[in-house]
Amino acid sequence: MKLSETRDLLWLFTRPIWESTRDLLPIVATVGLFQVLVFRQALENWAQLLVGLILVILGLTLFVVGLKIGLFPLGEQMARDFARKGSVPWLIAFAFALGFGTTFAEPALIAVASKAAELAVNDSTTATAQQEVLQQRFALILRATVAVAVGFALVIGVVRIILGWPLHYLIMAGYALVLLITPLAPSNIIAVAYDSGGVTTSTITVPLTAALGVGLASSIKGRNPLLDGFGLIAFASLTPIIFVLILGMLWS
Amino acid sequence: MNLVALLTDALLNTLRDVLPIVVVIFAFQLLVLRRPILHWPRVAVGIVCVVLGLALFLVGLELALFPLGKEMARQLADPNFVRGNAQPTSASETNLPIMWHFYYWAYLFAFLISFSATIAEPALLAIALKAHDVSGGTLQVWPLRVAVALGCGTGVMLGVLRIILGVPLPYFILVGYLLVIVQTYFAPRQIVPLAYDSGGVTTSTVTVPLVAALGLGLAEQIPGRDPLEEGFGMIALAVLFPMITVMGYAQLAQWWISRRR
Repeated sequence: MKLSETRDLLWLFTRPIWESTRDLLPIVATVGLFQVLVFRQALENWAQLLVGLILVILGLTLFVVGLKIGLFPLGEQMARDFARKGSVPWLIAFAFALGFGTTFAEPALIAVASKAAELAVNDSTTATAQQEVLQQRFALILRATVAVAVGFALVIGVVRIILGWPLHYLIMAGYALVLLITPLAPSNIIAVAYDSGGVTTSTITVPLTAALGVGLASSIKGRNPLLDGFGLIAFASLTPIIFVLILGMLWS
Repeated sequence: MNLVALLTDALLNTLRDVLPIVVVIFAFQLLVLRRPILHWPRVAVGIVCVVLGLALFLVGLELALFPLGKEMARQLADPNFVRGNAQPTSASETNLPIMWHFYYWAYLFAFLISFSATIAEPALLAIALKAHDVSGGTLQVWPLRVAVALGCGTGVMLGVLRIILGVPLPYFILVGYLLVIVQTYFAPRQIVPLAYDSGGVTTSTVTVPLVAALGLGLAEQIPGRDPLEEGFGMIALAVLFPMITVMGYAQLAQWWISRRR
């Protein structure tokens, strides 16, 4: 690393700590106010609380620095390189791999899937051991379904950017489909399906896909980064609903 | 000490989250695109910062905020607490059924905690920074974050109301989407993709565990609710309402500008 780069890095790290502190103030205020005004209790383990808050502030600062020097430039460079190579099939393969890979390993999804499996596979007539095996299988299938859905979402999103389709028609058609098939799906899967759209978009996937979308939109002629660059995440929170509803219909 | 254990655990979880991304990116960059990564030491430092930062952030939340939030949700829905608010004295009335409006502290808490969790959400900060860059500075970071947070707060508050009333989720979703469709036609065109994205972005590291804990805590305390079944559905509403508030914010801003001319 050159000297100037090192200096740049150091400068970035001086993002005032108070910016992170400010971001956390509302949570601290809410919890504190309720503790004091509503429950009228003093906070018991305030030392642990303080350590936790310092870690959160430190973590948020590091994250933002990493975003600016790592994830954003990386996503933009990939978008530019793909645009220069001009191979649409490879770009589609990349979008799918990125969506599938990140979602299948997503910790929040793993937690939700195992809870959902308890809910879906809940038949008192079968033995508990057999039920557990079924639950594990359901959780795995659910995760795979959501991961395929997100991969598919990024593919549509990228194709949309290349061809310049307006986003809102696609999204509305998607939501219309959701509302249409909801009555056909078993009732205990509906809330799980609707939630699965929200849990897929992790903190690391979001900046990367945003950089990818905006990068693509800026390197293709006639595309507006603001109009065409955003929207990938919207697809990623829509398609899992549809896919999981369909899974629910097939499973029952 | 258990801080070390928590930290390694969080670090492993974050690494598991990052690993597939790194594998996919490097495989494509080296095998398909065959181009070196520009400034790779810098990018590598950045990725390490992101992973380390996220792990520290998660441990901090686990130590400081999540246990407190969970405990508060449980207390707010406690029948004794709810009844105590509504009827401070008369003993003869303690057998009255608990009405939905007795839970006002729970609604307020749900709104405030999800509002503030959204403000602290790193993914939303990332999108807001990007939007600021791309729009050449016309889209400010703070108004966008506040608009999204208002939406998330409203969504989660309605989710709490839904659990208490026991109304099926699809009704709420249907009304919300109809509103989104109507707004899409009236909102400024540039904001629409960003508004659609903001819903999915909100529900990340901070919001999902807090909101899930809130739903679970409430459903456990309210008679006739299955915690497993009712705990779901809050996140769906938290995804939906930011779309409405972000488009609403843009409409307001547009109206304000046109009025001043």
